[in-house]
Amino acid sequence: MSMNTQGRPTGTGTSGSTAASGSALIPDEPLLFEIGDTEHSGVDLPEVTIDDSFLGGFERKTKLDLAGLTEPEAMRHYVRLSRMNHSIDSGMYPLGSCTMKHNPRLNEKMARLPGFSDIHPLQPVSTVQGALELMNQLSHWLLTLTNTAAVALSPKAGAHGELLGMMAIKAAQDAAGQAHRTVVLVPESAHGTNPATAAFLGYTVKPVPAKADGTVDVEAVKAALSPEVAAIMLTNPNTCGLFEPQVIEIAQAVHDAGAFFYCDGANFNAIMGVVRPGDLGIDAMHINLHKTFSTPHGGGGPGAGPVVLSQALAPFAPVPFVRKGEKGLELVEHVEEHALCRVTAFHGQMGMYVRALTYMLSHGGDGLAQAAQDAVLNANYIKARLQHIFSVPFPNYPTMHEALFDDSFLKDTGVTTLDFAKAMIDEGFHPMTMYFPLVVHGAMLVEPTESESKQTLDRFCDVMAELATDAKAGNAARFTAAPVKAPRRRLDETRAARQPVLKWEKPADLPQAAE
Amino acid sequence: MRYLPHSASERAEMLGVIGAADVDALFSAVPKSALKSFDLGLPAHQPEFLVETHMRALAAKNHAAGDGPFFVGAGAYRHHVPATVDHLIQRSEWLTAYTPYQPEISQGTLQMLFEFQTQVAKITGMDVANASLYDGSTGTAEAVLMAKRLTKKNKIVLSGGLHPHYRDVVKAYLKDDPDLVCLSPSPEGQGDILSQIDGNTAAIVVQTPDFYGHLRDLKAAADAAHAHGALLIVVITEVVSLGLLEAPGALGADIVVCEGQSIGNALNFGGPYLGLMATRKEFIRQMPGRLCGETVDADGNRGFVLTLSTREQHIRREKATSNICTNSGLCALAFSIHMSLLGEAGFTRLARLNHHNAVKLARMLGTVPGVELLNKSFFNEMTIRLPVPAAPVVEMLAQAGVLAGVPVSRLEPYNPNVENLIVLAATELTTHADIEMLAECLHAAIEEDAQ
Repeated sequence: MSMNTQGRPTGTGTSGSTAASGSALIPDEPLLFEIGDTEHSGVDLPEVTIDDSFLGGFERKTKLDLAGLTEPEAMRHYVRLSRMNHSIDSGMYPLGSCTMKHNPRLNEKMARLPGFSDIHPLQPVSTVQGALELMNQLSHWLLTLTNTAAVALSPKAGAHGELLGMMAIKAAQDAAGQAHRTVVLVPESAHGTNPATAAFLGYTVKPVPAKADGTVDVEAVKAALSPEVAAIMLTNPNTCGLFEPQVIEIAQAVHDAGAFFYCDGANFNAIMGVVRPGDLGIDAMHINLHKTFSTPHGGGGPGAGPVVLSQALAPFAPVPFVRKGEKGLELVEHVEEHALCRVTAFHGQMGMYVRALTYMLSHGGDGLAQAAQDAVLNANYIKARLQHIFSVPFPNYPTMHEALFDDSFLKDTGVTTLDFAKAMIDEGFHPMTMYFPLVVHGAMLVEPTESESKQTLDRFCDVMAELATDAKAGNAARFTAAPVKAPRRRLDETRAARQPVLKWEKPADLPQAAE
Repeated sequence: MRYLPHSASERAEMLGVIGAADVDALFSAVPKSALKSFDLGLPAHQPEFLVETHMRALAAKNHAAGDGPFFVGAGAYRHHVPATVDHLIQRSEWLTAYTPYQPEISQGTLQMLFEFQTQVAKITGMDVANASLYDGSTGTAEAVLMAKRLTKKNKIVLSGGLHPHYRDVVKAYLKDDPDLVCLSPSPEGQGDILSQIDGNTAAIVVQTPDFYGHLRDLKAAADAAHAHGALLIVVITEVVSLGLLEAPGALGADIVVCEGQSIGNALNFGGPYLGLMATRKEFIRQMPGRLCGETVDADGNRGFVLTLSTREQHIRREKATSNICTNSGLCALAFSIHMSLLGEAGFTRLARLNHHNAVKLARMLGTVPGVELLNKSFFNEMTIRLPVPAAPVVEMLAQAGVLAGVPVSRLEPYNPNVENLIVLAATELTTHADIEMLAECLHAAIEEDAQ
């Protein structure tokens, strides 16, 4: 690969004439390096004389060359940039598998109490008893909602939780002399993180086919099970938006074969307070606090992925964990026996624990169940309103919290799922998840969440129906040209990948022939 | 329930459109034995003010860092975060967006990530940086795996100055790997990592300033590693140090991992934090995590997208470089805003001020009878040896309202050699009065203990 890390010249392209570029309230914004320079700073700090006797001769000689902005410049730069983002607060964000629900601001306010935000992970445990109590309370809610034996709070996100859960399974099997179990079963419809996690730990991934109705076949699982199988990684409700009707039988078959059942909890929002995964026979499941329990998605994190564990896996939980001791709550940071050790420095995502517990207390047990039911109601409502004009690949079951469509309704229209999604942008909606799950052709996975009102859902369905009708009427150009009302039109992803430009450099520093 | 928009009549109307008798009909695929077969026994929903009362009571049981003199570091540092940063990251458009899967309506996040990657590359002196990982510890484990993929060799050597939690995370990620060598803790800055490098070595991992505060010679480490075809992974837990100390990229580092919490992010009892990773351009295809790149749109206007996704789990599944998906987006935003506010002038002044205060701390500690400073070099953190076990002394000082640092035994409980050691940090927030009070209390505690 020939790599070009040089920035392209300042300034936008030749055409600034479409609505997509620099419209009245969404001005184009230069890069901060094009606005600021190394002299500007938005922070007042005293200049001090340095005593270099402790620097060992390692003082920096390489130029930092970091542009700075004064406070008003920084404020304007980041406010302007922010206006080029779609967000939950500005419109429906039905991104399947991501649970883009309302983020209450009480969560943010509580997370910023100095008693939570301004405490250090390694200050004496006697000085953070409230933090440990909070971790205990959050654990209680998670264990109660899942009916499981133990919870490891520390994973940093869902995929990190998966890793920890599968590590616990590996540790348990190694301890039981079952290290020869090297295969993990993963349904074809699974999130990409599942096979990536299993492979990360050295397991061989064996796919399990889905039935024509979109659910996992217990007979196919039984046929795939062998003394080499360590675990199955199953998402439930699954990525097709369906509850696995044979999940208890699958769990039984997996356990009978001496393997473990890892459940991907990405879709827990559909069943919280209504179904307890522990009652289904799961051994480990991560819970995305940023999805189910409304800690914000933040443009791509931070998340939090606590993992609940069955009795069989509880002894293999990592450090740290909280327990009651003689002088109050203790934080166990080292265990010699059977321990996975630790999967992150310190104690995990405290800032997310605070937000999630705040959300749980606000909702209560009753409200969480109602939220799950409303999420399922909303998805079924969208499916009911659109099923006659869209195509539903798995019509046999009621959907859970996601409505899944395939692209057969677009056959011969010249419009793809991608085109359709881009046309939704022009109508003010964030598109649904596209082309996932992989088992459905041209998949459109719509997750409205419980946060959308009937009025919003009706407008969404009206727009979706109108778009589908227009596509079928032969107006492909509207779709293939879209979006035209967004801050940018379609971006050249091939060029980005073939000639990667991953950082800005001064035009003056560019070689004459940069490309 | 204030977060749920439907009225009872709307729910009934919607069920009618669906053609379901009641909401339970929507859960018909759930085995009967598992559907609401329980009483959760959880409290019912509460008004906002009651939730707030509950949370405030918990927060009040903690001693906040700002409540008194504070010298705790060891991988997480208390710095001042400008008010602008926290205001901006709470804007809806930043806070309530997700991973920029639809670039046309995510240019804010994407341009910010491009700027962030540029800032990280500049401070580390490396060619390219990614769009963040969870934190420094998991980033270190990812760097180790990346080095194994790049060199197709197996042996990894961890310096005795690496943060013990980071070491433990690498051990968990490389469980039972016979080629993982963890050198013993080196509180005096000693170490024989160079002699461990051989032809089977994929990488050596060196932290600077190290866990005990010593500044390590990266040039020598890089030269020794490269002579054997091994890579140098540099770990930095205090990213502010890069404002005063030489960039690892200029000294031969191949992969640099930093904990970025110090810039823009609060202590938060350990998370969420921010993993920074930077590397050489030729290693980019083996890098984990998201990357943002520049391109053009259909009208030729500059724009940004996530790129080189064929490394990632959602495309490559079991062949991906990592399983990471959600990373630390909002923490990266906070870092980037704070770094923009600092700029070169501010970042340099901040680093100098940190070191300046640390020198004052070191000199004052040197006057306390019985206290021995183990560092010949440091940035803003150092290790002292007491004549008595450290943990009870730290506890005693905490009761007096002084958070005096971290007893090394908390992280190395099975190592008697470190029982009397404390790691302490100073930042721009450390005052002369704080340092005087620490010295006074330390002196009293040691005397009390000796009696």
